[in-house]
Amino acid sequence: MTNLMAFARGKGLAAAKGGAPARLLFDEPGPRARRRIRVATVVASLAVLALLLLAVRQFAAAGQLDAARWQPYATWPMWRYLLNGLWSTLLAAVVSAALAMAGGLVLALGRLSSRRPVRWASAAYIEVVRTVPALLLVYVVLFALPRYGLDLPLFWKLVVPLAVSNAAAFAGIFRAGVLSVDRGQTEAGLAIGLTRGRTMRMIVLPQAARRVLPSIVSQSVGLLKDTSLGFVVSYAELLYSGKVLANYNHLLIQTYIVVALVYLVVNASLSKLARTLESRQARA
Amino acid sequence: MDALSGNLPALWDGLVVTLRLTLLALAGAFAIGAVVATARVSPVPVLRAAGTVYVETLQNIPLLVLLILAVFGLPEIGVQAGLFTTAVVVIALYQAAYVAEALRSGINSVAAGQGEAARALGLTFTASLRHVVLPQALATVVQPLGNIVIMLTMNTSLAAAVGVVELTAAANRVNLIEAQPIPIFVGAGVAYMLLASVAGYVTGVLERRLAIVR
Repeated sequence: MTNLMAFARGKGLAAAKGGAPARLLFDEPGPRARRRIRVATVVASLAVLALLLLAVRQFAAAGQLDAARWQPYATWPMWRYLLNGLWSTLLAAVVSAALAMAGGLVLALGRLSSRRPVRWASAAYIEVVRTVPALLLVYVVLFALPRYGLDLPLFWKLVVPLAVSNAAAFAGIFRAGVLSVDRGQTEAGLAIGLTRGRTMRMIVLPQAARRVLPSIVSQSVGLLKDTSLGFVVSYAELLYSGKVLANYNHLLIQTYIVVALVYLVVNASLSKLARTLESRQARA
Repeated sequence: MDALSGNLPALWDGLVVTLRLTLLALAGAFAIGAVVATARVSPVPVLRAAGTVYVETLQNIPLLVLLILAVFGLPEIGVQAGLFTTAVVVIALYQAAYVAEALRSGINSVAAGQGEAARALGLTFTASLRHVVLPQALATVVQPLGNIVIMLTMNTSLAAAVGVVELTAAANRVNLIEAQPIPIFVGAGVAYMLLASVAGYVTGVLERRLAIVR
């Protein structure tokens, strides 16, 4: 009896502190639901474990788990090489992000322009580029432009197509940001005698910039993933460095798994940053 | 223009491969995505954690890395599968993470009262998800899902980088023979745009059909 009362008090306390969030699909489970959840937990854990065991068995059977095959990735020279690749990845990502954002801003302002031809041209660019694969653009830069006498350096062969294709995505983000600013802000700016351009630059854009920050960060994750097309261009970013390394040491699986993990760590941190920024803005 | 019309069969074959890749991967992505989204909203903590790990892992590793790992890595651990099949499975698994996120945000947008009402009627977790919550969730995520379809169509081109001869690879091959890049690459680009506009059109129709007027 006392146990039960203590239990009820404990629950009441948790609910009062907001410990039990309002759930859409299930209530605070009762005894039967708890039993079912326990069963499901055991079954799910066993299934996950079985999958892992299966994978480990396959790897072990093929001799891919031998210490000798993983040993190299405990040494500094391997990591120095891969980290150099990561540095090139980041460089390509930052430069193409900067170009794509500049282009995206111009396109977004073009779409919001009061002149019809400008509006149409920007909309056409965005629609066309959004529906053409980045790899096709890379092939154009690799194989088509040199025929017309434009043979870019390796770095730009990767950066230009990425900037061209991501500009459309950034344009969409900036446009949504500008439109999310209350119309009264523009009206107030015009009312105190600022020109349209100055209203946009001094009043609307600063407010829009803060709102689109989380979207920009998550779009940058996409852009960072796109830099793996350096594999096709033979620009020595992370993935291509992995390819070179795997050709040299014949540790194909190990190398690509390490490369994948590096991408995972970098991108997951960026995604986390985007989520943090978003929740901070939701609170503000 | 001759370069384009003279090589239409090769480009057409590429387009067919792109279409098959897209449709098969799409079916897989929606099926896996629905399962992962269900896991992420389930009352079982282990399933929720597994769903989160799945989404985080697949969304943060470039598709090209996954394709290379699967195409060149799987034979090394004794798993033999055809190139096309491998590409379909990898693209489906990758896009499933995006489908799952879209579905989950849709599910979260359904009012809590709907779930409570379903439970009050005595529906189980799966029944209330299937009959009450998902139909409403789907109506709100038609647009995001349409964007995922377009993204998937674009992403099938990455299969070219591991040796599948789909539209992008076909265009590149034809160009290497004909050396007429402009008509060939523009032709391929237009084909992709048509595929994407079909996806956009279907999305628009579905959105009007499914819209819930309150």
